[in-house]
Amino acid sequence: MRVRYQQEKVVEPNATWASDFEAAPKREDGVETTTLSGMEVRPLYTSGDLSTRPEEVPGQYPYTRGIHPGGYRSRLWTMRQFSGFATAEQTNNRYKYLLASGQTGLSVAFDMPTLMGQDSDAPTSRGEIGHCGVAIDSLADMETLFAGIPLGTVSTSMTINSPAAVLLCMYLAVAEKQGVPFTKVNGTLQNDILKEFIAQKEYIFPPEPSMRLVVDSIEYCAKEVPRWNTVSISGYHIREAGSTAAQELAFTLADGFAYVDACIERGLAVDDFVPRLSFFFDAHIDFFEEIAKFRAARRIWARRMREKYGARDERSWKLRFHTQTAGVSLTAQQPELNVARTAVEALAAVLGGTQSLHTNAMDEVLALPTDKAARIALRTQQMIAYETGVANTVDPLGGSYFIENLTDRMEEEAEAYFERIDSFGGVIPAIEAGFMQREIADSAFRHQQELEQKRRVVVGVNEFLSDEDEELEILRIPLSLEQEQVERLREVRRTRDSASVSRTLEQVREAASSPGKNLMPHILDAVRARCTEGEIMGAMVDVFGLYTEKAII
Amino acid sequence: MASRAPVRPLRIVMAKVGLDGHDRGVKVVARALRDAGYEVVYTGLRQTPEMVVDAALQEDAQVIGLSLHSGAHMTLFPAVVEELRKRDATDIVVFGGGIIPDEDIAELKQLGVAELFTPGTPLQDIVEWLRRRFPDSQPASDA
Repeated sequence: MRVRYQQEKVVEPNATWASDFEAAPKREDGVETTTLSGMEVRPLYTSGDLSTRPEEVPGQYPYTRGIHPGGYRSRLWTMRQFSGFATAEQTNNRYKYLLASGQTGLSVAFDMPTLMGQDSDAPTSRGEIGHCGVAIDSLADMETLFAGIPLGTVSTSMTINSPAAVLLCMYLAVAEKQGVPFTKVNGTLQNDILKEFIAQKEYIFPPEPSMRLVVDSIEYCAKEVPRWNTVSISGYHIREAGSTAAQELAFTLADGFAYVDACIERGLAVDDFVPRLSFFFDAHIDFFEEIAKFRAARRIWARRMREKYGARDERSWKLRFHTQTAGVSLTAQQPELNVARTAVEALAAVLGGTQSLHTNAMDEVLALPTDKAARIALRTQQMIAYETGVANTVDPLGGSYFIENLTDRMEEEAEAYFERIDSFGGVIPAIEAGFMQREIADSAFRHQQELEQKRRVVVGVNEFLSDEDEELEILRIPLSLEQEQVERLREVRRTRDSASVSRTLEQVREAASSPGKNLMPHILDAVRARCTEGEIMGAMVDVFGLYTEKAII
Repeated sequence: MASRAPVRPLRIVMAKVGLDGHDRGVKVVARALRDAGYEVVYTGLRQTPEMVVDAALQEDAQVIGLSLHSGAHMTLFPAVVEELRKRDATDIVVFGGGIIPDEDIAELKQLGVAELFTPGTPLQDIVEWLRRRFPDSQPASDA
């Protein structure tokens, strides 16, 4: 059943203002006055635009104004810069540098072969090793990555999806070697396969077995790794692929509901796993629209969890989220301007009440960030936290006529999308029908046309161009690194016990063919036996098969 | 192989090489070229250089458009050109797009990639480049 939350009545603004506005000159530059996503925006909002809901306060259901009563007065957001490049050793050095610079959590970026579940010596890994992140082939690389970093105190986020279970097991195996009990291990796995099919397209298995693996990891962690955030349900990639803010909100929350449904079907109790689900959103350049999106997300999730799923634990109602500023908003032209863009986006994330934040470096549009660019990005967050004063009041924009109205409308658009997704029979059938993929592609194309017609301005790209494009120094990943990584992998293969390798891989295969079995303990055994990521994923591919999508433009 | 002499309209194989799944750019460009009247075949994700050239030969395409966002362009773009050379099909023109630093552009052009388009390029620039490059095969909409 669809509930309409927004009041239909529109009170005319003060009559004098209306005639004053009518008489006032208007800009005629042809630039859209809708939000970046195309939502109508009026020139003025008044008390008549507020709906008549009971007063909302932070820390109380439905948490529109934040999940903590004290907001950033209690605790600032975690400054968590996503990073990883080249080899495990080089990335380990970067992590130590970031921790020493005041960063409070780690976030691992893996290279493409790792993300696609293949080893560095696979033919299609050529040219890709260490470029988009760090290359991890086996437990040996993972040990190097976290050498000297105590996994009992640092929290780590790992951006990996199809092979998420394998990488989590590698992380747990490193903790085990450091003598840290699993109950103390703290971090987040992206593990959000649904948005891979929708937007980022780093899928390996078909949707059904992929979902089974996600549920296996949720079930395992609920028992064995209770402080681990099992899925980071991600709108970021949906948005970066071109969606509107409302599509990002709706598709992400719909994915969240789909994971909850799948776990309930497995027999898990809602309050045993929902508190460990978290979210990951984009902070794009349209300031108020983003803040409204974050506020609406909290309200929708709380209501669904309490009213539809019957969650009783308040932690299940509270939507926690990480934010990254919008990579797509960065420009290769006049790249220093990206520092300013990122600061505005980061401010929106903070005013939206994010729990953790990654600010993009100005050169990320060209390559992986240099040390200097990475430092400026982190310093931007520190300036917002300590210089601007915005952390002193919880949800300071709450009660703003415009923000409250936009929050309501964002919620309403999301609810309309939930209905459309339900009409396909749920998220997976909608994915198979290409529904979300097409909605996103349409939005991306519409945006591009608006740019071409200069109905949207991007400074330095379609207006305010500069002839002197300053050259930024960029980080280069030498091709020689490929050979080094392949050598390390061969060394692992040479020195391990091949009998345990075959035995544990066979167990993974066997567990994959038995739907009643949880794969996690078997993957962990294979990791301990120094099976490579590619071998473990390969064992599962033997059973699950590979997915290919129909190419649509 | 049958004649690949210019036909109207121009047929373009758009391909996403490499392991990354960032298909926003390739889809937007493919749609714009189709709207400009060209025949566009989109191969989908994770095409190897061999697969791309296979597709171009099967489709009798005169142009291959490559997209890549993972940083592997210095390996994979030249590999497509090399594959064309091996199959004696160097008359097929290759262009590319993605996150490509300026100094790599010069080198890729030397290696036989005809043109590179980086983020922020207006779609019209790509269409105009094709029109200049193939004056005899204007898109259907202009014919």
